[in-house]
Amino acid sequence: MISWKKNLTSSIGKKFVTGITGLLLVSFVIVHLIGNLLLYAGPDAFNSYAYFLEHRLIHGWAVYVADAMLILFFGAHAVAGISVWQKKRLARPQPYYQAGNAGGASRKSFASRTMIVSGLVILVFVILHVRMFKFGPTATVVVDGIEMRDLYTLVVSTFKVWWISFAYMAVMVLLGLHLRHGIWSAFQSVGATSPRYQPVIYVGGVTLSILIGLGFFLLPLVILFFYENPALSMGGI
Amino acid sequence: MDNHLTLNLLIWRQSGPEQPGMMVPYTISGVSPEMSFLEMLDHLNDDLSRRGERPVEFDSDCREGICGTCGLVINGIAHGPKSACTTCELRMRSFKSGDTISVEPFRATGFPIVRDLVVDRGAFDRIIAKGGYVSVNTGAAPDGNAIPVSKFDADRAMDAASCIGCGACVAACPNASASLFVSAKVAQLALLPQGQPERDHRALKMVEQMDREGFGDCSNHGECEAVCPKAISISHIAIMRRDFMRAAVQ
Ligand code: HEM
Ligand code: FES
Repeated sequence: MISWKKNLTSSIGKKFVTGITGLLLVSFVIVHLIGNLLLYAGPDAFNSYAYFLEHRLIHGWAVYVADAMLILFFGAHAVAGISVWQKKRLARPQPYYQAGNAGGASRKSFASRTMIVSGLVILVFVILHVRMFKFGPTATVVVDGIEMRDLYTLVVSTFKVWWISFAYMAVMVLLGLHLRHGIWSAFQSVGATSPRYQPVIYVGGVTLSILIGLGFFLLPLVILFFYENPALSMGGI
Repeated sequence: MDNHLTLNLLIWRQSGPEQPGMMVPYTISGVSPEMSFLEMLDHLNDDLSRRGERPVEFDSDCREGICGTCGLVINGIAHGPKSACTTCELRMRSFKSGDTISVEPFRATGFPIVRDLVVDRGAFDRIIAKGGYVSVNTGAAPDGNAIPVSKFDADRAMDAASCIGCGACVAACPNASASLFVSAKVAQLALLPQGQPERDHRALKMVEQMDREGFGDCSNHGECEAVCPKAISISHIAIMRRDFMRAAVQ
């Protein structure tokens, strides 16, 4: 019997961790994006949805469970991912004079070679993002007789600051890149591929990464250029 | 003859394992397009020895793509520009007169450089020794037809078994991972009835040894499959991962 710790820190165990947590994070990000699309539906829809998540779902417990899981997934994913990168540096200390791409069956791409960069930027982003929105300053509004946080105004007024919007969009391009290699790679890491399904998973992964990246990219863009600024009274962020 | 090539070579020269190395330029002419890449280097070495210089050392044996002894990184690609082809089978007609060609050894912590373009691939032998075998009882050979193997599995096992252990997968991998090599053996035996008794042990022990030899982890770049002279698919890596995780939870 080999210990759990040893298996999870082996080359395959580490990739199993990045893969499983990566797929769970992708699922989260998809749900998050769909929720965010309610910003297009107006203040009441978005605020009520947020209120539902925070106070109604499993009597308000869901949000704590989700937070705990997300911290765990993000943490494990980052630790395993960074460890893969460290090992790679040890495994080839002397770089090639010339490094090529053999083409053909290769899945090597700009995205696959910059996972550590896109990943670390996402890590910093997530911390700022949570601080900005989850713990951001909000007024209260009343929708259908219920008093709730006016997150809609917080989001819209934040994205009305042009450089914040552009920084967001830049990070979302990196998220798209991370997932361009990440989604298919995660399936391969957990062993959920076969010769027959590999091409489908690859193309599906790339497509999904574009949809996710574009979805998140468009929100700040549309808000910056097409929304009314509701927040002047609130003083922005 | 007119169709002979003149080439500018940039070759990694390193006089010993601990010595620093560097890329050294050479110009070679009179290279016929029919020559293999290694014959071209033989030709260069001929020139060098005539001039009293130390020839460029590189490995080769069969020179027909079956033994896995040769292996150079040519213009940044393990085994050169032609897919599914070993260095020894690569012909000079793949190049044009006047080309500059860089030639480097396989670079990986797991493959220490011995001299020039020669690396020590003993790590592969040590990995195979941990489980790349099946135990058979002595005595009369069993009737082959008594052990059914589906056509699909037989073909896949055969694809995996075509690995010649050259190490190009490690050389091409941005992480210097040996996953394709190890998975070819793990998958080959996992797909066949004869491989079942030692299956779990094999996956755990071979992976453990692979990690111990200092190879990197697999990030699924797939560059290994693209350079593999036998075009072995990275789907074998998925099989190895399933086998490893299954064995690990038992
Ligand atoms: C906390 C910040 C993050 C860091 C530091 C990070 C880092 C990494 C790294 C370095 C890899 C490559 C692992 C390898 O080379 O083998 C990776 C893979 C991956 N990441 Fe991230 N990442 C982060 C956030 C995310 C997020 C938010 C998602 C999903 C929305 C995600 C999805 C994925 C997926 C699906 C993979 C592929 C997993 C695999 O190959 O097994 N990552 N991550
Ligand atoms: S020398 Fe035997 S495969 Fe090239």
